[in-house]
Amino acid sequence: MIEITNLSKKYGTFHALKDISLHIEKGTVFGFVGPNGAGKSTTMSILATLMLPTSGVAKVGGYDVTQHPKEVRKRIGYMPDFFGVYDQLKSTEYLHFYGASYGIPRVEREQLIPQLLELVNLSDKADTYVDSLSRGMKQRLCLARCLVHDPDVLILDEPASGLDPRARIEMREILKELKLMGKTIIISSHILPELAEMVDEIGVIEHGEMVAQGKVADIQSRLRVKKVIHIRTLEREEELAEKLRDEPFVTSVLTDNTGVHVHYSGDDAQQSTLLRQVVSWEIPIVSFQEAQSNLEDVFLEITKGGPRE
Amino acid sequence: MNWSRKLINPVIDKEFRLRMRSTRSMLSVLLYVLALGAIAMGFIYLFLYLGQRGPQRFDPQTSQMMFYVLSFAQLVLIAFMAPALTAGVISSEREKQTLSMLLTTQQSSATIVLSKLVSALSFMTLIVLATLPVYSIVFLYGGISPKQLISVFVFYLFVMLLLGSLGVMFSTLFKRTIVAIIVTYGTGLIIFLVTGLLYLFFMGIEQRNMYVNGQSPAPGSYSWVGYLLGLNPGGAMMSLFNPSFSKDVFLLYGGSLNSKAPIELWLEFLLVYSVVIVFALWIAIRNIRPIARRKRKDKAKDALPPEQEPTVSGA
Repeated sequence: MIEITNLSKKYGTFHALKDISLHIEKGTVFGFVGPNGAGKSTTMSILATLMLPTSGVAKVGGYDVTQHPKEVRKRIGYMPDFFGVYDQLKSTEYLHFYGASYGIPRVEREQLIPQLLELVNLSDKADTYVDSLSRGMKQRLCLARCLVHDPDVLILDEPASGLDPRARIEMREILKELKLMGKTIIISSHILPELAEMVDEIGVIEHGEMVAQGKVADIQSRLRVKKVIHIRTLEREEELAEKLRDEPFVTSVLTDNTGVHVHYSGDDAQQSTLLRQVVSWEIPIVSFQEAQSNLEDVFLEITKGGPRE
Repeated sequence: MNWSRKLINPVIDKEFRLRMRSTRSMLSVLLYVLALGAIAMGFIYLFLYLGQRGPQRFDPQTSQMMFYVLSFAQLVLIAFMAPALTAGVISSEREKQTLSMLLTTQQSSATIVLSKLVSALSFMTLIVLATLPVYSIVFLYGGISPKQLISVFVFYLFVMLLLGSLGVMFSTLFKRTIVAIIVTYGTGLIIFLVTGLLYLFFMGIEQRNMYVNGQSPAPGSYSWVGYLLGLNPGGAMMSLFNPSFSKDVFLLYGGSLNSKAPIELWLEFLLVYSVVIVFALWIAIRNIRPIARRKRKDKAKDALPPEQEPTVSGA
């Protein structure tokens, strides 16, 4: 659905994007991850036909964004990272305006807009002026605007930025719904753990270069992110920590009020041997659990030392 | 009402709603009419009570002069209003961060630019029409034909279109509204003031040359300097009021009174600035979206059949 080949963008001597290539299948939710200024928004702007690449090709639904921008615009719903709203329009008028701008007849819009407002939980704000909506509501209204012409692809640049935790959860729920509807979604976010459970693939971009790309699990295993084992005891926590430090494959041991955190580089078999060893010490263990590394760990692991193989 | 749906596209519809819902718009109309009304009342007061020979009567000739004064005052007000209303139409959308979303819709660049211009012009027309009651004072005393009034209002429309097109062009060229407004005012200043001053300057030089040479111009000859005043809205409007004005402008001192003006000033104004308007709108439409510059080259490449496509060996 989205095909990017050797895409580059230069501003004077500054390389915002360097030879990026990307392939996103239909129905995939693609998480675009990277620090500020890495090139996420530039890539998204090029896909949204708002910016010309210096070189390379970007295609949406088979249409080149520079040669057939009108066809591309029909197929995408774009939500920029920073956006404004027309303050003196009501929510329904706002959606009517964009619906009409996409050439949707009024009769169809009359049926469609209540459905969209319901999808983004704003039915009760239909006749409210947009400027009196909260930031989270504006974000959701903007998402409804992206959907007004039923696009195949959604390009969402930081849709959860600046939202309070509750608003983030609401946004995430809507995105899950959209995923179920079969939309191809390309989404960038700083809030990586929130992306983790809904993205199929991620692309990590840093200094304009794609550092890693693929399924989340594949990247995690490829990078061999260190395990963290969390052990909770009834007593003798310090003694356990001391003993663990002498065990093989244990790289570091930390204790806090939640228990003992063991950074471990061994595989599953070695981990099972460690568990037997811990039990043999006859310290009252309540739990022995491997903490799941999340997208944030992956991101930090990838970006801390520059590009990796 | 199908025709209205066809005429009023989504962008115009949105612009109308936003414009008419703001209190600033209503205040603008009020202040504008008050300003022109004050000029009219001030003129009447000056003439009736502050004349050298004491209180006088208000005859059709005075009424005609009042029409001229009102028309020129209105022209100056338009020169101030048009850049303020149009130079922000695109850049303010950019500043409010709504432009990118508008540009990803199916609306063409031409539709967006022209709709915004039409919306701003409609509002200016509303303001100018709201001053008609002030002009009714002139009709009360006579001295002016409805035809003259209509021609002046059509001329206003053209001046608004000119300044509006320049405003919209600068609005797409400059990212910040304030810069676009200042540049539009600067251009307005050139059109309104510099052209007039240049006319006076060069006319002075021409007349002086004639005196130095001591020759009277050949019968039927006219000076090129007159064309300069044709670029000035004041000069063009004056030629609408007084048909012989164009002839006087082109005539050197001592020239033949029987010679005709090579072109009416208002006609020159319309012709020259029509080209400017088309050019300004073309630039605005071309610049609002980034696409197009590479398009032709790519299209040419696309047009090649697959077997003729240039291949890169060893890549």
